[in-house]
Amino acid sequence: MMRLRLTPAQVFWWIVFILGVLYFFLPLLATFLFSMRSQPLFSAYTDTLTRGDFWSSLGYSFVIGVITIVISVTLVMPTAFWVRLRVPRARPFVEFVTLLPFVIPPVVIVFGLLSIYANKPISLTTVPYGSDLLLVGAYTMLSLPYMYRSIDAGLRAIDINTLTEAAQSMGAGWTRILVQIILPNLRVSILSGAFLTLAIVVGEFTIAAYLARPAFGPFIALIGRNEAYTPAAVSIVSFGLTWLAMGLIAFLGRGSRTRVRVAGAH
Amino acid sequence: MGFLDLTDVRKEFTGGTVAVEDFNLQAEKGEFVSFLGPSGCGKTTTLRMIAGFERPTSGTITIQGADVTDRAPNQRNVGMVFQSYALFPNMTVAGNIGFGLRIRKRPADQIKKRVGELLELINLSGRGDRYPWQLSGGQQQRVALARALAIEPQVLLLDEPLSALDAKIRVQLREQIRAIQRQLGITTIYVTHDQEEALSLSDRIVVMSEGRIEQIGTPAEIYNFPATTFVAKFVGSLNVVTAKTVDGAAGTVTVDDLPIRTFKPFQAAAGTEVVLALRPEVVTIVRDGDAASVRTANRLHATVDEVTFLGSVVRTRVKLPGGTTLNFDTFNDPHLVVPALGSPVTIGFPAEGCLVLAD
Amino acid sequence: MTAPAQTLIQGAPKARPGRRRWATLLGLVPFFLAAFLFMLLPMAFLVAGSFQDVNGNLTTQNYADLSQNFIVDAYITSIRVSLATAVAGGVFGFLLAYAVILGGLPHFLRTALMTFSGVASNFAGIPLALAFIFTLGHVGFLTLFLRDTLGIDIWAHGFNLYSEIGLDFTYMYFQFPLMVLIMAPAIDGLRQDWREASANLGATSGQYWRHIALPILTPTLLGTMILLFGNSFGAQATAYALTAGQVNLVTLVISDQMSGDVLHNVGLGYALAVGMVAIMAVAITLYTILQRRSERWLR
Repeated sequence: MMRLRLTPAQVFWWIVFILGVLYFFLPLLATFLFSMRSQPLFSAYTDTLTRGDFWSSLGYSFVIGVITIVISVTLVMPTAFWVRLRVPRARPFVEFVTLLPFVIPPVVIVFGLLSIYANKPISLTTVPYGSDLLLVGAYTMLSLPYMYRSIDAGLRAIDINTLTEAAQSMGAGWTRILVQIILPNLRVSILSGAFLTLAIVVGEFTIAAYLARPAFGPFIALIGRNEAYTPAAVSIVSFGLTWLAMGLIAFLGRGSRTRVRVAGAH
Repeated sequence: MGFLDLTDVRKEFTGGTVAVEDFNLQAEKGEFVSFLGPSGCGKTTTLRMIAGFERPTSGTITIQGADVTDRAPNQRNVGMVFQSYALFPNMTVAGNIGFGLRIRKRPADQIKKRVGELLELINLSGRGDRYPWQLSGGQQQRVALARALAIEPQVLLLDEPLSALDAKIRVQLREQIRAIQRQLGITTIYVTHDQEEALSLSDRIVVMSEGRIEQIGTPAEIYNFPATTFVAKFVGSLNVVTAKTVDGAAGTVTVDDLPIRTFKPFQAAAGTEVVLALRPEVVTIVRDGDAASVRTANRLHATVDEVTFLGSVVRTRVKLPGGTTLNFDTFNDPHLVVPALGSPVTIGFPAEGCLVLAD
Repeated sequence: MTAPAQTLIQGAPKARPGRRRWATLLGLVPFFLAAFLFMLLPMAFLVAGSFQDVNGNLTTQNYADLSQNFIVDAYITSIRVSLATAVAGGVFGFLLAYAVILGGLPHFLRTALMTFSGVASNFAGIPLALAFIFTLGHVGFLTLFLRDTLGIDIWAHGFNLYSEIGLDFTYMYFQFPLMVLIMAPAIDGLRQDWREASANLGATSGQYWRHIALPILTPTLLGTMILLFGNSFGAQATAYALTAGQVNLVTLVISDQMSGDVLHNVGLGYALAVGMVAIMAVAITLYTILQRRSERWLR
């Protein structure tokens, strides 16, 4: 291929790409510039990083995220494994369930959850950690599409039938098989699903707000309504952190057979 | 000037890798030429240059006198059969075969007729409305062949078309391909790393290694008179023995101090070491009491190392005093007496079976 | 000799296979139980609740209320916004993905776009709204740049970020990336040798696209656009933050009903939600059909 000669087709694709870059970066640039208007310079950032509720809400979301990831993996991995190994007929049903979070908008999910669990006879919202439980439950559902797809793709790449038979012939039970043999081979898939789940949890607003949880999403909403430059700084910081995390997945997942898929929410 | 000419073709990739060098070939009309060689020898790259998917760094390619070196691949009228078949998944078998004709805007009824003819040629009449994913590997390959032939190309190119198939299907299909090619009289270039395919199908073989042509010749020439060590080792199995020159012009050497007469005179000073190539099928065990024969004019002493029964053939491995091993095959015979392991034997072979390798 | 052979042929006694099947299904219970508790049961309650009025009595009034003008308008607007962002997001997202994969651009740009898309597809709600206000608001940085440097006052020319069009434009920020991420593997699936085979048979680039590439990609393209539709349809936080009620969307109406205002009607909210789910169910069914088709071809 000649170095400097571009075909008309290539020129077209470069234009497409540059338009895309402009679209994505101008709003980020504008946010950054706005955050720099605070007096003194960078005070929006120092304010952000020193205020208690930034860290507490981020910490809260992070903890909820981790709990969600653990529950999600514990739920999805054995299920995906079982479907693939023993009950392939159940696959359409399982996939339908994983599509439900796409079908049901978050506002509807939280609405539905509250309608059961916030009214008599089960009033979880008044029980300590009850609302948190609901939040984790809802987020676990939201993570299903990504976690299932990721883990399923990972399972497809390894021959679980042979691995299971080999393990069984050496006397291993199901727990041991799952934890010591299957799980290590799904490292990348689980990481990918985990980071995505974390991104969703940290960025989520609707469910956290309606469940009145001190999460990061409502925190951003609160400062966005009341303050000037700090929201801009917070946006930039959270965007940067998430990009770092995604870069980390890509880095950790390079060279692996399963394609690391990252997709998003509202 | 042949039907398909490649003259001084060279392909260098960015980064400096030279994939093909000094490639010269003149293929006649209707000739079946194979490019044979190990992976990475440049045979596929050369084929792709003929097809137009790669541009030669220097050199020319002409078809029927017209220079096509710089022509776009969609304007060459050469038909290519890909290793992976490359059938379009969204079209039926008939759709695939007729694609080239539809592009050329032939009338629909003409296309239908031609597709029907080709389906019959490849023995898939009635399967025209199937989709590629509904066919077996062998069937898909036949469709790929029909698709390439549909446009009545000047040259047919096949890139290791049978490598993904089972051994039995491979043999069946390659005979079919050869029969169709003969029937249509199409100049064909066939790339393969399987020497049995190349030997059984070709009018001529181009043996390649590391981007260069090692030898061009008929299958018999390649097999019986390999020009280089590479060709000798790559095509057919070969025994290699070191020998000491006595007289190059007379073609005499010694192996283990026994006199050996080679097939042709060769260039080497007396006393220098040369490499002798021995085809296993010309070697036999000489028994006491056997009449003297041209077939066993050369004699060597050895000990039996291993005897393997392969069904129709018995493979014997013997060890020469110097440590070199020789393999040779004999046809199975109910009355065959198999020598005991470790027993001393005399092996014999004719002068014609014994060649000094050039390098 | 025949008797034991016959037993072997008939196989194990009938009782055992049945019991084994139940046992294997047991392994799926936790998953479906969780889904039941956190999605299906709430859905059922929603449906039930939609048939109740403020006092808990059975009624179909909520569904009758759906025919109110502003609600019908909300559905129409939501569908319109979702369709617009699905199609526009789908087309440009596809072009963007193609550009970095097969468009001849340097390879590192592909990785950069993929990781960026992973982030951007989750960038929504208030931060996104603010970002666009900072860019294209009345005193947004781009607005000012265009006005002061190039002499073009977009607001004076009728541009309004806080309108439906502005919302569409803002939604693209997570729609483009979603399209890019899901289409990338499909574009990778367009084998190089199909392209070469088509050229070998005489086809131009355009003919290749028309006869081969687009037909192969279309099910995935359409299917992903349906996902984009769903993504947009369910979005709420961004719309609220950006337009604060100026654009009438179903999700906003639902959250109004929930937010404890004096005149709120929970049953109506439920009915609205059921309406949304019904629309999405149709979309997902279409999506599944398209997925099956493309899977078959790209095997």
